[in-house]
Amino acid sequence: MPEDPIATSKKTVPRVNLRRRVVNGAVTCAAAGSVILVLIPLVAVFGYLVYRGIGSVNWAFLTQTPKPVGEAGGGMANAIAGSAFILLIASVIGVPFGIGAGIYLAEYGRNRFGDVIRFTADVLNGVPSIVIGIVAYGIVVLAQGHFSALAGGVALSLMMIPTISRTTEEMLLLVPNSLREASYGLGISRWRTTLSITLRTATSGVITGVMLAFARVAGETAPLLFTAFGNQYWNFSMEQPTAALPLQIFTYAISPFDEWHRQAWAGALVLIVLIVVSVSAVRIAASRGMLKGAN
Amino acid sequence: MANGALRVPGLTGPKPVAGPQLARDTSLSAIRLKDAGGRLADNVFHGLVLSCALAILAVVGLVLYELISKSQLSWHAFGFKFFLGQNWDPVQDQFGALPFIYGTIVSSLLALILAVPLAIGVAVFTTEMSPRWLRGPLAFTTELLAAIPSVIYGLWAIFVLVPLLRQYVQPWLARYLGWTGLFEGPPYGIGMLAAGIILAIMIVPIVSSITREVMTAVSQQQRESVLALGATRWEMIRMGVLRNARAGIMGGVILGLGRALGETMALTMVIGNRPEIARSLFAPGYTMASVIANEFSEATGNLYLSALIEVGLALFLVTMVVNILAQLLVWSVTRGAPARTHA
Repeated sequence: MPEDPIATSKKTVPRVNLRRRVVNGAVTCAAAGSVILVLIPLVAVFGYLVYRGIGSVNWAFLTQTPKPVGEAGGGMANAIAGSAFILLIASVIGVPFGIGAGIYLAEYGRNRFGDVIRFTADVLNGVPSIVIGIVAYGIVVLAQGHFSALAGGVALSLMMIPTISRTTEEMLLLVPNSLREASYGLGISRWRTTLSITLRTATSGVITGVMLAFARVAGETAPLLFTAFGNQYWNFSMEQPTAALPLQIFTYAISPFDEWHRQAWAGALVLIVLIVVSVSAVRIAASRGMLKGAN
Repeated sequence: MANGALRVPGLTGPKPVAGPQLARDTSLSAIRLKDAGGRLADNVFHGLVLSCALAILAVVGLVLYELISKSQLSWHAFGFKFFLGQNWDPVQDQFGALPFIYGTIVSSLLALILAVPLAIGVAVFTTEMSPRWLRGPLAFTTELLAAIPSVIYGLWAIFVLVPLLRQYVQPWLARYLGWTGLFEGPPYGIGMLAAGIILAIMIVPIVSSITREVMTAVSQQQRESVLALGATRWEMIRMGVLRNARAGIMGGVILGLGRALGETMALTMVIGNRPEIARSLFAPGYTMASVIANEFSEATGNLYLSALIEVGLALFLVTMVVNILAQLLVWSVTRGAPARTHA
């Protein structure tokens, strides 16, 4: 380091330049390197998942219920159906509330009270999923006296609401005000305008938000541990404990049996395919939704 | 998505926000006055969406109420000593949560140390360095990393990461860094180190996507003016971008911390689940979230259950504070971005 920058500046310019160029190059390499380092686990997880899972996903896996320990074969059909059932309950509760709250925030909530709601939604979004499980246990399981699919659905719906409401709000705000004003100008009331013009225009964006929330809770395990609880058999009653794909993967993964490990991988592959398909669908829908909203 | 710019800061003023009052405030309502039926429908609709919004408040209130009321038993039995006690013995009805608090903090910090430099590197590369055609795919891939469920990371960690650590990484660390005391003891594979690594993989996408968002919010003029002064690309990034975005990046890091603190399944599967405080990162540990996951449905006795719920309450409060802090930091950059260009 030169002590007197003015006296030495002329002489050191070429040398400093070289140093600066070297630093620049080094940082570029480091940044590119970190991208590669982050992609390694992604490739490793997906690669290993496909490698282990693909051999184990077969017709029996998709259609049968689990066999007792020690017997080969069996599948996770009841867990796949159970997951679908719990997610259906969660969506029935979570989607209307989420979209309703989103409409409120976008159309009526441009004030301090709206800010309070927005802030609370963000807080709710950050609550650890295991804590949501405790709450669902407290309000549903204790009230009913037993574990149930309903409790699992309630837990997941609590996680969907903040995500859906915030994305709905964002999408509604993308709809230009001139559309609303044109509708008012035709004498259409505010609620009709909101539902038939604003929400309609933003439909694909809102669906994007719903799908994202759906994909996020589809893989959740922690809130189901002591709400839906798991089940070795078929169940389609809201009142009964229900198997779920992530729960079954967890149980099998920490078991000591090779056969169950194999099935855990198969279940994981099925789960990830479901999630990746919905996330990719969301991306396509999102790009279209943006275009539609901007027009 | 430039959502930050679209959010209008709330109007200030006297604030009893009753339903009909808001509807009257809008200038357009005058036109609709003669249509009384329409006005009724409007009010009903407003009430309906308002109640949906209030449901969010109610849920958070419910979370707090449930956790506080159901943890009273344990709070009265142990008081503040609950958080300092090291003895977790359900048989004797003795509950101290310190090992779990320790495990949660150490695993999260370890994850941050590993993840933050990588995440910032990824964000810098995607926003400033990569060719344009690569940006979309890179953002998509990091999104995919975030979409993988926790339980699948756990599964992968049990069967791939843990054996790798046990056979190659841990013996190497013990030989060369064993003197620090952080890497000693038998290499089980499972333990704090495995937990920290899997957690780091899981929070990289969150930290890097927030970092990317706040870096994009820095105005293009900043970049151009630093470049015009003869800066290299890295100097431009450091002085023009990172410095302006640092509060938001800090927010992203803290948001990642919030996620790490509450993460449950993957950690439960690899951390070893032993309520002990050990200096070595090779030793098994336990976290607040995993003790709830493992023991809640088997908890016998009201005091046991209450103690677990109190752990949940502590976890909730900590993540809430961390998330609020993060949110404020991120907003300070994305909302104030245009004003900052004149600084």
